[in-house]
Amino acid sequence: MAIAIVLVLLIVGTVLFHFLSPWWFTPIASNWGSIDDTIGITFWVTGFVFVAVNLFMAWVVLRYRHRKQARAHYEPENKKLEWWLIGFTTLGIVAMLAPGLVVWAKFVDVPKDASEFEVISQQWHWSYRFPGRDGVLGTVSTRFIDDANPFGLNPDDPNGRDDVLVASQEVHLPLGKPVKLRLRSKDVLHNFAVAELRVKMDMVPGMIPYLWFTPTRAGKYDILCQELCGVGHFTMRGRLVLESDEAFQKWLAGYPTFAQTSARVAGDAEAGKGHYAVCGACHGAQGEGNPAMNAPRLAGQGDWYLTQQLHYFKQGIRGAHKDDTHGKTMAPMAAALPDEAAVRNVVAYIATLPDAPAPAAVKATARGRAQYEANCGTCHGAKGQGIQAMNAPRIAGLGDWYLTTQIRNFRNRVRGAHPDDKYGSQMGLMAATLVDEQATRELVAYVNGLR
Amino acid sequence: MTYVPVGHDATDYAPPAETQEPELYHPKTFIGKYIWSQDAKVIAIQYSITAIGIGVVALVLSWLMRLQLGFPNTFSFIDPSAYLQMVSMHGMIMVIYLLTALFLGGFGNYLIPLMVGARDMVFPYVNMLSYWIYLFAVLLLLASFFVPGGPTGAGWTLYPPQAILTGTPGAGWGIILMLVSLAFFIVGFTMGGLNYVVTVLQARTRGMTLLRLPLTIWGIFVATILALLAFPALFVSAIMMTLDLTLGTSFFMPGIISQGKQLDYGGGSPVLFQHLFWFFGHPEVYIVALPAFGIVSDLISVNARKNIFGYRMMVWAILAIGGLSFIVWAHHMYVSGMNPYFGFFFATTTLIIAIPTALKVYNWVLTLWRGNIRLNVPMLFAIGFIFTFIHGGLTGIFLGNVAVDLALSDTMFVVAHFHMVMAIAPVLVVMGAIYHWYPKMTGRMLDDTLGKIHFWITFLGSYAIYLPMHYLGFLGVPRRYYAMGDTYFVPESAQSLNAAITIAALVVGVAQIIFFYNLVRSYFKGEPSGGNPWEATTLEWQTPETPPTHGNFGKDLPVVYRWAYDYSVPGAEKDFIPQNEPPSPGAGGAAGSHA
Repeated sequence: MAIAIVLVLLIVGTVLFHFLSPWWFTPIASNWGSIDDTIGITFWVTGFVFVAVNLFMAWVVLRYRHRKQARAHYEPENKKLEWWLIGFTTLGIVAMLAPGLVVWAKFVDVPKDASEFEVISQQWHWSYRFPGRDGVLGTVSTRFIDDANPFGLNPDDPNGRDDVLVASQEVHLPLGKPVKLRLRSKDVLHNFAVAELRVKMDMVPGMIPYLWFTPTRAGKYDILCQELCGVGHFTMRGRLVLESDEAFQKWLAGYPTFAQTSARVAGDAEAGKGHYAVCGACHGAQGEGNPAMNAPRLAGQGDWYLTQQLHYFKQGIRGAHKDDTHGKTMAPMAAALPDEAAVRNVVAYIATLPDAPAPAAVKATARGRAQYEANCGTCHGAKGQGIQAMNAPRIAGLGDWYLTTQIRNFRNRVRGAHPDDKYGSQMGLMAATLVDEQATRELVAYVNGLR
Repeated sequence: MTYVPVGHDATDYAPPAETQEPELYHPKTFIGKYIWSQDAKVIAIQYSITAIGIGVVALVLSWLMRLQLGFPNTFSFIDPSAYLQMVSMHGMIMVIYLLTALFLGGFGNYLIPLMVGARDMVFPYVNMLSYWIYLFAVLLLLASFFVPGGPTGAGWTLYPPQAILTGTPGAGWGIILMLVSLAFFIVGFTMGGLNYVVTVLQARTRGMTLLRLPLTIWGIFVATILALLAFPALFVSAIMMTLDLTLGTSFFMPGIISQGKQLDYGGGSPVLFQHLFWFFGHPEVYIVALPAFGIVSDLISVNARKNIFGYRMMVWAILAIGGLSFIVWAHHMYVSGMNPYFGFFFATTTLIIAIPTALKVYNWVLTLWRGNIRLNVPMLFAIGFIFTFIHGGLTGIFLGNVAVDLALSDTMFVVAHFHMVMAIAPVLVVMGAIYHWYPKMTGRMLDDTLGKIHFWITFLGSYAIYLPMHYLGFLGVPRRYYAMGDTYFVPESAQSLNAAITIAALVVGVAQIIFFYNLVRSYFKGEPSGGNPWEATTLEWQTPETPPTHGNFGKDLPVVYRWAYDYSVPGAEKDFIPQNEPPSPGAGGAAGSHA
């Protein structure tokens, strides 16, 4: 008796939940409305079956519940009824499958006028490559990949020289034009997914899967990796900006071609020495850092990271948050470096300074070590040495006070939350996992002891 | 209404035995009877206790995962690495070490000999080995919690390359133990599985034709055949991945970078692993589902006091589903990067499988129709199963349809779908089945009131967990995410929903204590059940002793004269006629129709 009533309530509740729930598909931003239509058809067919079969069951349970005098009907089978049911079910299945296959046929078949670009995934970043003026993407191979050539372009392929390399988590696309995405992975499986596009596809090392769509609605969208790719999986996020062709062209023009990135000149350490005089006042003449001035150690830090951070300070991406007391001190200093060459030179000078890590101040614990190895070491390196390919700076020997401040800043979104901080949001998500002070202390103590 | 004569119905004739009865090994010591036992019933209980024990571990892991998802960044011991390890171990344990082992090793062992009218499994010694190898596999799995780096966090599908690379928790010891444990599990299972198949084919008692077998046996039988054919694919993938990891071979490893460095691998294919994995993995779904289908058919028939509707169609449906289950595997891989033209084929086969499956659902409901339904605890669980299975089956149509899967793949919708159809539905059957057969195993009834409380919390609570979860998937919330953080598209309210789901999950989990308490308490204090408390027709209820002793049927094996579903036969005195009761004029089944 109760079960029959509950079944009815569950059916009504499910239908109500379906219609009243605030959690629903995002507004679509691509041409794949036909996917939404197929989903709509599937909802109607399956919804009808769900309600009809369950209501019938509820009624049957109520009507034929046990009575002392009653006796069940004896009917081993009813072929006719069963064939009717099979027939109706088949119809329903066809009604859902047929439109689905039609949509799939469109998905498989990329329009001739689709422009092509490449999405590159790695643990746990996105980057993008557009064909340059020639409209042809140069050939690539994993074996060409190193710190100087992170996209793995074939240096001997003329088609690749003008490819535009977007070393950023963010990508822009023009509205109204079909695009084909070549999906490439450097390391493990990833998945390119944007909820508003409706389409997604795995990225598999050793092969180039594809997908295509036509952007239809301007806006900013999250690109989420949706294939488990290791401990940083949930931090692997990019941003898709759909905008006018004009704005897109402007954005694209801001990124260098492969030829340009390969031709980058090295910094001049001698010239950088003069610039460093200002830096040395806080960071120390040898770049050893000075806790009293809240200035971290610079010597031994990766030049790519120093360059990136100087740019962030200059552009107000770092050190602009109202609670970033020390960052605010640094921002005008960075701004004092007049141009690209000055940044390059001062970084080159820092690279010549002796690498003398700060002494370990606190004793490391087993828990700190376990935590580091499980969650930090993959990017920052087992010895905290920093890995450029993972966009993770050196953290060994930085000084416990600095690490503690930065972890707190990341956690409190004082650092890394700026939309243009390419990899900062990732560290924000990781820092948020350190929920108590004790955990942070133990972790920092361990890092502090790394050499 | 005229009765359609059915060929498998009652006959006065049972063919003579063609082979001699096997000699049973009669142990004399306690150890021989209960530890190194060769009695399928004891092995069944060993399997069940081990499976449920490890299942409880996986249940606790799911609580921890839910705590993280419901209340992110609250618990310091759940870091991203630990979270992935919980996800991976939860999935693997539940699918293989709990459900497969429990349905086949547990219910298979207990019910096959009893229901087909055999003294024991055909190869009792191998049957015993099967359990001990299974136990060893479970211990290896548990050991991975205690090795450096902990268990693997590669997800239960263990996809390479990440499963064996730095950056995935447990990429050293954890994954090796996982793979070796799986290999042992499969060896152990193969020993048991051959036994189940041969016993059903070879050791049925006189008169027990294939089309007189209860559907429970049909379900377990076909599931076992699937498992025997499917597990080897997992076996080879486990071995190949172990070689990739230990010897540096490249079966599944293309040329790749790790932490900025070129690795020595080259030429392997990650997608090959996925094909092998799902060639096992999809039949695995039915390895769990078919026994549940079979068992629930019998629970419904017994308690509706009515024959299962369309028995022969039900058998054909089981066979059709079993066969089709081998040609649908790549529907797990629509967005894997495999050749997209596969999508047409696999979407079509997948949706075809919905037809026999739907027919089974119709026939369960039609069995209830015009029945005389006893709403006891097993029946409540059976109805709960039908409801959740309908829900989970219908959401499967979304994911099976390749174009729809593009939008929903890798979201929480998938998690909600497969838990509804493969976790909640079969587990409701497992519970119903335990309430149903516990009296046969122990001679005592489980407490009815506790059983009803257990049912209501489990059924309603599970639906509260998984119904809303689908909607997170519609929104686009990805699965396997440690924390959602800030996004443009996930509203704050999704976090409240996650918290609510977590609370429901904790309540359902804790409610299982009622069940375990009932199992222990009733063993000592439950009401004596007698031999056939449910007034059922099948042979296990007709044993001379309850619980049945070694050899099951006393001096003489039962002889079968009719199908398993003679309930409420018109004109019969009682509303059930046991399978081993010969027809007598005026009272016997559809005996008159036998031509």
